[in-house]
Amino acid sequence: MKKLLSILSVAALAANLHAGNITVKGSDTLVILAQKWAEVYMGEHKDVKIQVSGGGSGIGFAALQSQTTDLCDASRPAKAAEIAKCQVVFGGKRPTEYKVALDGLSVYVNPENSLKELTVEQVGDIFTGKIKNWKEVGGPDAPITVYSRENSSGTYEFFKEHILKGKDFVASAQTMPGTAAIVQAVVKDKNGIGYGGAAYGGNSKLLNIKRDDGSPAIAPTEENVINGTYPIWRHLYVYVNPNLDKGEIAAYLNWIRSDEGQKYVKDIGYYPLPKNLRSN
Amino acid sequence: MTPEPKSEQPRPHGWIGIHRGHKARPVEWLAEKFIFLVSLSAIAMVLLIFLFVAREAMPVFFGEANTALIQPTIPVAELDKHSPAELQRYLDLTPEQYKSVDHDTLLALMQGKLDEQNEVPENFRKDADARINTTEWKYLLQSHQWSGYDRPEYIWQPVGQIKKFNIIPLIVGTLKVTLIGLLFAVPLAVGAAIYVSQLARPRVREVVKPVIEMLSGIPSVVVGFFALLVLATVLQKIFGYQTRLNAFVAGIALGFAVIPVIFSIAEDALTSVPRAYTQAALALGASRWQTAWQIVLPAAIPGVFAATVLGFGRAIGETMIVLMVCSASVMSWSIFDSARSITTTIAAEMGEVVAGGPHYRILFLLGALLFAATFVSNMIGDFVIHRFKNKLEGKR
Repeated sequence: MKKLLSILSVAALAANLHAGNITVKGSDTLVILAQKWAEVYMGEHKDVKIQVSGGGSGIGFAALQSQTTDLCDASRPAKAAEIAKCQVVFGGKRPTEYKVALDGLSVYVNPENSLKELTVEQVGDIFTGKIKNWKEVGGPDAPITVYSRENSSGTYEFFKEHILKGKDFVASAQTMPGTAAIVQAVVKDKNGIGYGGAAYGGNSKLLNIKRDDGSPAIAPTEENVINGTYPIWRHLYVYVNPNLDKGEIAAYLNWIRSDEGQKYVKDIGYYPLPKNLRSN
Repeated sequence: MTPEPKSEQPRPHGWIGIHRGHKARPVEWLAEKFIFLVSLSAIAMVLLIFLFVAREAMPVFFGEANTALIQPTIPVAELDKHSPAELQRYLDLTPEQYKSVDHDTLLALMQGKLDEQNEVPENFRKDADARINTTEWKYLLQSHQWSGYDRPEYIWQPVGQIKKFNIIPLIVGTLKVTLIGLLFAVPLAVGAAIYVSQLARPRVREVVKPVIEMLSGIPSVVVGFFALLVLATVLQKIFGYQTRLNAFVAGIALGFAVIPVIFSIAEDALTSVPRAYTQAALALGASRWQTAWQIVLPAAIPGVFAATVLGFGRAIGETMIVLMVCSASVMSWSIFDSARSITTTIAAEMGEVVAGGPHYRILFLLGALLFAATFVSNMIGDFVIHRFKNKLEGKR
């Protein structure tokens, strides 16, 4: 009898292990943070296995919809079409959205550039090609070289929708495969300008941004991003199938948004969620 | 009656030649048929890949994709007034999906469709571009004056509210980079081939030939990385142009990848010119240089041409180098402007597109285009090589 019980308990443990598998897929912006979370969480909960992979927010939603992932990381809110596609397989339910962190986007220029600040509108005009020379915004008399992300990036879409107001990037914008590549290009090119997460700035110079002509120039610091005075920022999200949002997965999502989980956000270069946003 | 000697009996051929030969060797027969199937599989693979690419691109060919931002909507309450076929098309569902969803989900999907239209930002509602289906051939191939631009332009901006899919800048970019690469690689590779096959002492040849051929063993990522970090800076210092990463840098880097291809084929062609040609020229008092330049090279010209065409096929399909060095979809023939090649576009964008969406279809259209280009150039190259071989061997 005892033997049978022990076999049963082993089987139960195995089943438990299987239930403790969580797959996370989506935004490349979030992938390092998601891995960090997974690492720490797995260290504390030996029976949970978390697999994290990137690919992009769009890939994440596609995987959520095909039910090949439990959690979808996204650096932008889900589009109506993506929500609708998920509803087909979730039995009519919309995927649940959790905000998990804040990201401030900086504008990088070469350290030799004498320019210190730009308005949001000027940034938009530079990236659409309306402003072509640094002297038009108070910088040196030199043509501007624009560096942008590949159009598969969530950061690209965010910038296009919110800073360029939906207009096209200038055709001569060099598209780089990642934020690190943009920083490197800007550091090598004294007329270059690029954009990306504040933490990735490296040796480049981060411009202070003014909301409009009359407002003060704000530096992309943690404090300014969290209190909302720095004008270029976004939420980072995790989406989940509401039918799966229980047990192990719900516990993990709660942990991510707790003080404990949010502690690691800053190490990766993003900003923790203000307390009032943590409960959904 | 004496029985006929056994040896004079016709040998049994058996089932599909299973007993053919001196002894029945079923193992060898099996092995032979297996290898035959393997060789067939390569052809089948090429065919299947082409069919797959073409199939995925089909909806664009027939104008079935619609990317207009503002589309007519059906109020949720009118769900029951429409036929299932209409609803299925309206909601972008496959017939199986349509059958699998219940009534409540349908209602939710109808609402989603309305939400999608409500998500359209205010500044696009009055924009005439928002009503255009940008996947029509007209917008894929001709310039169009989009709102916000002061003249008609060719624009590739496939992500955003108004998706612009003009493929002309990509074709121009591809040709630009490829031609620069060939202009750089062909003289170097053919020159090296003449030297190695005609002029070099055997000792030197034994060193130079494998070293050049070793170039093809360098992964293109490494070449791209080198071009991105070192070559771009050096060339900008020499030529002093504005854009650091441009088609010129990409073309030169591409040249490194193409040189070994052109070199080895051209070298083969030059070496297979009959020795009688060389010996006759030398006997008549021509110098080695005159022989190489005026006798051997003209005789091997078809081979050199074929090498160039195959090099073109290699260059046009190269992805990594161009992807790393330049990628702005600017419409310009200037070699010091950036360029975006078709391969770059597919590699960089395929990962994020919605499977089955218009962007996905157009990437496959580009793939089919590229496939056709490399296929034709390889065919021409092969054809010329064979003609040339026969001619030199005196078969025709």
